[in-house]
Amino acid sequence: MNSVEVIGTGLAPFGRFDGVPVTDIGLTAVRSALAEAGVGRGGFQAAFCATAYGGVASGHKVLGALGMTGMPIVDVEAGCASGAAAMMLGASAIEAGQYDTVVVFGLEKMPKGIIRSSFFEPWQEAAGLAATPSYFALRAQRLMATSGVTKEHLAAVVVKNRRSGADNPDAMFRSPVDAGAVLRSRVVCEPLHLWMLCSPNEGAACVVLRSARSTAGGTGVAAVSAPRVKVASAVLRSHLPGAVLSESTPLSGLIDDAVPAPSTLAADAAYEEAGLGPGELDVVECQDTDAARELLAYEELRLCPFGGAAAMLEGGDSAPGGRLPVNSSGGLLSKGEPLGASALGQVVELVRQLQGRAGPRQVAGARVGLAHTVGRGANAGVIIVTS
Amino acid sequence: MSTGPVAAVREGLFVAGATPHLLGSRCVACGAHHFPAHGTCPYCSSEDVHGVGLSSSGRLWAWTAVTTAPPGYRGEVPYGLGVVELPEGIRVVTRLTEPDPTRLTSGQPMTCVILTLHTEDDGRQITTYAFAADPP
Repeated sequence: MNSVEVIGTGLAPFGRFDGVPVTDIGLTAVRSALAEAGVGRGGFQAAFCATAYGGVASGHKVLGALGMTGMPIVDVEAGCASGAAAMMLGASAIEAGQYDTVVVFGLEKMPKGIIRSSFFEPWQEAAGLAATPSYFALRAQRLMATSGVTKEHLAAVVVKNRRSGADNPDAMFRSPVDAGAVLRSRVVCEPLHLWMLCSPNEGAACVVLRSARSTAGGTGVAAVSAPRVKVASAVLRSHLPGAVLSESTPLSGLIDDAVPAPSTLAADAAYEEAGLGPGELDVVECQDTDAARELLAYEELRLCPFGGAAAMLEGGDSAPGGRLPVNSSGGLLSKGEPLGASALGQVVELVRQLQGRAGPRQVAGARVGLAHTVGRGANAGVIIVTS
Repeated sequence: MSTGPVAAVREGLFVAGATPHLLGSRCVACGAHHFPAHGTCPYCSSEDVHGVGLSSSGRLWAWTAVTTAPPGYRGEVPYGLGVVELPEGIRVVTRLTEPDPTRLTSGQPMTCVILTLHTEDDGRQITTYAFAADPP
């Protein structure tokens, strides 16, 4: 992908905002991104809105409130990777020459407590098979069996991300934690303790994309003063059958450990589309729904060899200042996870990193960033941005 | 415990009786087994698929315990949940009768049993499949 630039970014902080309608949360992010891009009414030809729980016409409500409708507005659901799906549609349409400028946003206001997912059938709920964290736990246990990962490593991921989250004003949890406290928090599903799991929450994120060949011109802050950031790839993949612990959450799979994960399918396609490899990345935002999920992502995204996740963490490679900082935003463990906004929140963070605008979280000299989301479907998204 | 009539949580998943076991399918084209039974093979899309009873015994591959009742669940907590490998070459997600993860080990022999989940207001006992560790 060669001709798509990010000309504006906007966020609504991730957290819990009782009484604030999801449309208002979306408006905050979209207004901010349009202002940064210097794009107004009539300045874009399509919009893609990611949400899983926002409801019918979520995108129309936001753009309707701004008096900016008439163009195609497509609501997109792809679970935890909804934002990546919207990004793929928006960026691909520009790359194909269909549009000059596109608004891509995501918004969410998640239910509280253990979320009742329409994914499961009633009999699965009755049988106790709809306990989402238990599948995270089974995946964590297998990673521990294959990669030398211990509970202490899981706690170390939480400590790393919460420390970074303390520097992120848009995160939900901004207090650092120590490993002892993580391991003393209650066991939700062995081996996962409560603090090793991210919190579903509320938030929104938006990027304005424009063709590099555009003659529309920009007046926004990013357009005139910041380094230009290109979308090098925006990929969405689903699962292949056979992996029993795949995010597709099947009831059975094959005795076969070689079935590629959806995240690996997405990453390989994204590296190919961008014409670069994992060795060229400077900063990564990945799906840390739980602490083990981050370590699994190191392997699935080929940031380290398979079996090497514990070593990558122990060596400090993925910590701030390391070879390849992962989740310098604080990750979902600090920010929480508003499904539709999650992937685009990662993209906003990476664009600001590449533009040197990440404040105390800045990764020095970052030129290539990768955003990864994966969840039920299965859906896996990988977006690579470069400057 | 009520002694009302028994009803499977979903028909077609398992067989109770002397040797409880799961009901799956086998693809004639590629040989893969499935659970639950499929009409079309998920691995090769062939429709030449036949229903089969699966082995009642297998080995434990992954396990955890659920400590908080998930949505729509009316049974006891904590309860065991895991993955058992069957000789047909498949891994099956299943309830485990053992709710304490420290009492289970990788590769341990397991056997299919029938578990009562809860009793409906009309007195019916709702059952599902589960796996129990074989006696040492």
